[in-house]
Amino acid sequence: MSETDIEPAKTVDARGSACPGPLMDLIGAVRSAESGAVVRLLSDNERSLTDVPEWIDETDNDLLATEEGDDHHAFYVEKA
Amino acid sequence: MTEQIVVVGGGTGGAVLANDLADRLGPQIDAGEVAVTLVNDGPDHVYKPVWLYVPFGQREPEDGRRRLRDLVDDRVAVRVDRVTDIDTEAKQVRYHEAPDPIDYDHLVLATGSTLAPEEIPGLVAGGHNYYSESGAEALREELLSFTEGHLVLSVVGTPHMCPAAPLEFVFMADDWLRERGLREDVDITYTYPIQRVHGNPHIAEWAQPLMDERDIGTETLFNAESVDTDAGTVTSMEGTDLDYDLLVAIPPHRGIDLIAESGLGDDGWVDVDKHTLEAEAAEDVYALGDAAATGVPKAGSVAHYQAGVVGQRIASEVRGRPATATYDGKTLCFIETGMDAASFVEFDYEHPPSPAPPSEKLHWSKLAYNESYWLTARGLL
Repeated sequence: MSETDIEPAKTVDARGSACPGPLMDLIGAVRSAESGAVVRLLSDNERSLTDVPEWIDETDNDLLATEEGDDHHAFYVEKA
Repeated sequence: MTEQIVVVGGGTGGAVLANDLADRLGPQIDAGEVAVTLVNDGPDHVYKPVWLYVPFGQREPEDGRRRLRDLVDDRVAVRVDRVTDIDTEAKQVRYHEAPDPIDYDHLVLATGSTLAPEEIPGLVAGGHNYYSESGAEALREELLSFTEGHLVLSVVGTPHMCPAAPLEFVFMADDWLRERGLREDVDITYTYPIQRVHGNPHIAEWAQPLMDERDIGTETLFNAESVDTDAGTVTSMEGTDLDYDLLVAIPPHRGIDLIAESGLGDDGWVDVDKHTLEAEAAEDVYALGDAAATGVPKAGSVAHYQAGVVGQRIASEVRGRPATATYDGKTLCFIETGMDAASFVEFDYEHPPSPAPPSEKLHWSKLAYNESYWLTARGLL
């Protein structure tokens, strides 16, 4: 896992989230975040590695960093 | 000194827990060693799954209401009041109708979800919902006069109560409109925030072909950002515009402000250990049901199972023993796939759902459970 020094304004811990799932949790958090704020998503769902970038591509938000780990992944999303 | 257990919220989680505690700690309550207080901001317990059937004229909102006092064991003190302040350091709660704060030894927050449609510009005026009594009744009136056009079901809020209910609504609307000979004049589109038609990939993979067969259009990666009521358009964060004649939305959800004000979590959801359901930010505080941020659905079955865990843990603590009961993420949902067929899923933190083939038997099982729910609320089932 490559470490980042980004300080998130909010962390969404979706590890173990079976339903509705990590991306849903992330979208909810980004929706309520201030513009420019960074939301960190923690997910142990491998699909997040494709789900999150795909959603980001459809929006004006930025995926600042992705930390891939053995147990879980961390995604840093800056709200537009 | 009487050990005080305070349960805030008289929905499924709070009512089941209060009865569970009365059952486990009956002798101690009778001896005056323990007191259980259930606080609710109204006299009624509300069973929300009834609302799905209201727009189609199959249930009335009052079918989902019972007096809380009638459902809860007499050994539980039911207090109709609002908690206005929680001090987890002093272990006190303050009630709206009481002058002084009240001490607690164990506090359980079962404060549920509230709707926040005002967070989406235009949604209050332009969107209908079946996630409230008034919303379900208004939608019923609208549906009765809706004979042609574009019906859009948009999942806006994440997380929201009962993740299966949006799928159920479009399946039921499709069937209901066919039965009334109107389906050819009505287009149905279902929008969902992510790449699939449901957050859980197993449920999404099951539902998508059913939607295709039924000619229910889908618009994924669609997060409604605003509604233009004059133009009849809903616009997404992803830049897509969708015209509608009847917009049925799952509004954003929030917990109550008290949770954030007490430093227990954001947006009204209490940060908890997903297995013990203990609040992360305070001692002797639990949360369950919608109020607990566990990552499992905000659903009645979850609140029901969690109540049994919290009841067992608190009873152990009262007896001076280590609390060993844990929640494994167990969730159980019936999913209506029309007016006379349903599926069923069961899953937990470790095991994904595998939806059962839709059948009439499962549909009747769901309706039968909705009636026998009142035994669940009483702590009997």
